[in-house]
Amino acid sequence: MTIHNLYIFSKNGVLLYYNEWNRLNKSGITKEEEAKLMYGMLFSIKSFVNKISPLDPKEGFLYYKTSKYSLHYLETPSGLKFVLNTDTISQNVRELLQQLYRQVYVEYVVKNPFCKLNEPIQSELFKTKVDELMKKSPIYLNRSL
Amino acid sequence: MVIYGVYIVSKSGGLIFNHDHNVPKIENEQTFSYPLDLKLAYENKKVVVAFGQRDGINVGHVLMSVNGSSVAGRELEDGRDVFDLFEQPENFPLTLKFGRAKMTTNEKIFLASMFYPLFAIASQLSPEPRCSGIEILEADTFRLYCFQTLTGVKFMVVAEPSQLGMEILTKRVYELYADYALKNPFYSLDMPIRCELFETNLITLLDTVEKSGISNV
Repeated sequence: MTIHNLYIFSKNGVLLYYNEWNRLNKSGITKEEEAKLMYGMLFSIKSFVNKISPLDPKEGFLYYKTSKYSLHYLETPSGLKFVLNTDTISQNVRELLQQLYRQVYVEYVVKNPFCKLNEPIQSELFKTKVDELMKKSPIYLNRSL
Repeated sequence: MVIYGVYIVSKSGGLIFNHDHNVPKIENEQTFSYPLDLKLAYENKKVVVAFGQRDGINVGHVLMSVNGSSVAGRELEDGRDVFDLFEQPENFPLTLKFGRAKMTTNEKIFLASMFYPLFAIASQLSPEPRCSGIEILEADTFRLYCFQTLTGVKFMVVAEPSQLGMEILTKRVYELYADYALKNPFYSLDMPIRCELFETNLITLLDTVEKSGISNV
């Protein structure tokens, strides 16, 4: 089990934060372009899910899975979007994302008066805390195991 | 145990077959007095609930009928505008029926071609090399399974999240496609599938899977 990378988007689609841990494949485009592509894809998936859903969706899109990785998605009511790529067998990734929101984002970004919302996060403390949380999680294990 | 529908998309992204299996009907009829406690809006040629969900009427539901006469666009059968109707207190009480909008064939074609780039981008944004496109997409109300054949045809099944063995089902549908659509001399490749045998066999397959699980197929 392993965690590949994490994206945090604001409600307008600004990439607030990006970090990667185990990533083998580079997409061949710049980080900014990749973030735009990712946000565009999520935006389309959201509207796709809303239309194709046979019942009224509440949370909507949760995750998708391909042969090599799964992408987990958490959107807060305020429009903040957390995207985490893991391998396909990881469990309870949603709880990890909720923890990330509650224990790291709210504590170290929202409660930091020098962190402007809707702008890329510069805080070093936030970065270390995210790294800590991910490395502490049972999902984060290197592939050498 | 519910299978909502089956879609087949050709390698160029066009919808060549769709079958709605068990789509629940969400409709609600209630009597309202003046003023309406729902905020309605007119979008995409439909009158939809924009705010104020209650008693099973949710945001996004479409106004289907007023006092039993159906609504087309924003007009009643007799040509009156529904928004004008709701503004005058003397028209009340009114019996309004709201429901979740059913997808039209056009919308399905649109959605099928929308899935195509999502599938491709998912493999491009992969953190691992040599990755496939989306195989399972889950939302809180359904799970979509997608199986792409070597020739690029996509078989998609939309089912309840708890339904098991859907990966196998997509492959069984592929078998049926190979047997009854491709072997049909009147079927031309990449065109919509209109083969009766295919459809009847598919429906039997879906029914047995729903009733007795995938292991008995």
